[in-house]
Amino acid sequence: MGFWSFLIIFCFLSFYIHWYGTTKALKINEDITKGSKLPSLPSYYGTYSLLWLLLPSSIILICWFFFKPYIIDIFLKESIPLSLVDNFKGNPSMLMDTIKATNPEKIFPGTNPLIIDSAAYYQTLTTNSDSYVFLLVLVVGLISSLVSLRKVSTFFRARQAVEKANINLLIFCSVIAIITTIGIVFSLIFEAVRFFERVPFFDFLFGLAWSPQTAIREDQIASQGSFGAIPIFTGTLLITLVAMAVAIPVGLLSAIYLAEYARPTVRKTFKPILEILAGVPTVVYGFFAAITVGPFLKDFVSSLGLSMASESALAAGGVMGIMIIPFISSLSDDVITSVPTSLRDGSYAMGATKSETIKKVILPAALPGIVGAILLAISRAIGETMIVVMAAGIAANLTANPLEAVTTVTVQIVTLLVGDQEFDSAKTLAAFALGITLFFVTLLLNLYALKIVQKYRERYE
Amino acid sequence: MKETVKIKSKKLNVFYGEKKALSNINLEIPERKVTSLIGPSGCGKSTFLRCLNRMNDSIEICKVEGQIFVDEQNIYEKNLDPVLLRARIGMVFQKPNPFPKSIFENVAYGPKIHGLANSGDELNNLVEVSLKKAGLYDEVKDRIDEPGTSLSGGQQQRLCIARAIAVSPEVILMDEPCSALDPIATAKIEELIDELSKNYTIVIVTHSMQQAARVSNQTAFFHMGSLIEVGKTEDVFSMPKEKKTQDYITGKIG
Repeated sequence: MGFWSFLIIFCFLSFYIHWYGTTKALKINEDITKGSKLPSLPSYYGTYSLLWLLLPSSIILICWFFFKPYIIDIFLKESIPLSLVDNFKGNPSMLMDTIKATNPEKIFPGTNPLIIDSAAYYQTLTTNSDSYVFLLVLVVGLISSLVSLRKVSTFFRARQAVEKANINLLIFCSVIAIITTIGIVFSLIFEAVRFFERVPFFDFLFGLAWSPQTAIREDQIASQGSFGAIPIFTGTLLITLVAMAVAIPVGLLSAIYLAEYARPTVRKTFKPILEILAGVPTVVYGFFAAITVGPFLKDFVSSLGLSMASESALAAGGVMGIMIIPFISSLSDDVITSVPTSLRDGSYAMGATKSETIKKVILPAALPGIVGAILLAISRAIGETMIVVMAAGIAANLTANPLEAVTTVTVQIVTLLVGDQEFDSAKTLAAFALGITLFFVTLLLNLYALKIVQKYRERYE
Repeated sequence: MKETVKIKSKKLNVFYGEKKALSNINLEIPERKVTSLIGPSGCGKSTFLRCLNRMNDSIEICKVEGQIFVDEQNIYEKNLDPVLLRARIGMVFQKPNPFPKSIFENVAYGPKIHGLANSGDELNNLVEVSLKKAGLYDEVKDRIDEPGTSLSGGQQQRLCIARAIAVSPEVILMDEPCSALDPIATAKIEELIDELSKNYTIVIVTHSMQQAARVSNQTAFFHMGSLIEVGKTEDVFSMPKEKKTQDYITGKIG
């Protein structure tokens, strides 16, 4: 049985089981002449039996999906003739891979006929085992749903049972999201641990030089790369600072204008326009930074008699700041408008002007929310990659001068992993160490931001 | 003894967009007395109150015609600064609205923005006197730096009254100041109103006829945007001249 025929039969069976359960409940209702009818609507009994079809089937299918390779490997290993194992140059797992990679219909000339036989066996094994599992699914599902229907009686509340199943489905879905996050963290940790086996932890965290080169030949000159991440961290910090120096004042002041001074019509037009800024792909910002802003700043700075690299932290940070403006302005605008009108009225009634009210009452009241918005914006800035690749370069300079080229954590991760890499060299593994550092920093920032935003919510409720 | 008139409205009409909220209100409010404004919901009594310190200015669609005189000066004159007017006419709102600052800072807010205190000591003194006048000082003197929002509802409302009187206004407007409070807190505020009326002109909007009868010297009854009847409180409640007033105080309308 192939996959598609299985799917069609399974759908048909699902409809049938639902219909059968419903009809059975209807019939029981008709037969009850005295006393109360079934406690739930007939369709709930149909849904209940359908659940008993879906649950075992999906469990079997998921298990099969995960264990299929192992089970097939066991069968394949037993079938390989001993003479083939003895003659093969290489270890047994390489032999298995060769067999799996061989297509018995398109044979490379000179292939060992024993391998071809095994490959053919492997292919029938795969398709046949699938058919058996599909058949098993149908049979088990049918039996369990039919058995579940024996429960239909006036004592059984199918509605509550379906409700419970719904709750479990919701729990399952939210658990998937959490498990995925945990999985990401663990995969990062395992790779990072492998990196720290090669490069000491403190050399990575506090080293002052970053040049992630590893030798191709053993006797190469300067074969040992250095993996001190300080220049990358300072580069990230520098660009984030420049970005925030642009985004915080502009974003906050425009939020104040929109929330307090702008007429409703102006607000309705301006806010979406600002939010469009957030929808522009970062690559486009990258062009803008590299082609327009970078050269402009370079000309401007050299007219002042200073020198500036054509790729600079200033250009990248500045454009990143523009990208982040809508984050700060939109969130702060929401926070400022949610300050209760009664506070404004109270201040006006004291004879305060509008700007006094904003400075002394509204901003202090909205401050926690605004700080939360800024922290979220910072973690966005730290994670930004594209603009920095295009406008700030990839050279890991240890500098605090925004006119020079610097690099950031995310950019280094990209450059380390782009291209052909062996996945056991320190160079590639360094990306994971950087990744986990970045993950923890943004995680802490986000947690802190959420906590502050939470505190703010409680204040007026 | 002839009472001095503190506030006088002349042919006052107020519109919210197309809707007329108040029509032709002529009302005199005597100095250092309590005037209560009563009437069913939506009758325009709060609108009238908010006209007296031009709080309606912030509502865009609100249009005011006619004149209101405070001490013979028309407050709707073109070159009058509403910010200065509001320093003379304080206001207490329906829901206590202390600023999210300390108790001290709440009371010091007005004096600070108007530059009423020349030194720290003077400011401390002013805050203390205002809190005492509002009958709150003994309850909060040990926690004057705690946030104003940590007080109970009744205390918060008295804090708002202290905040209003810290700038030494001549008039205090109160917009249903007890509607969010329990009976005990209400009784305290009513006592306070009585006490304050020795020095301030008070205009209070209230839903409770008992409260109007207890605290006010003069009562004005509003209905459907018009001023139906105004007179001494005991007269209005014991022998109303208008049928509508009688219907309202006996519970037939409202």
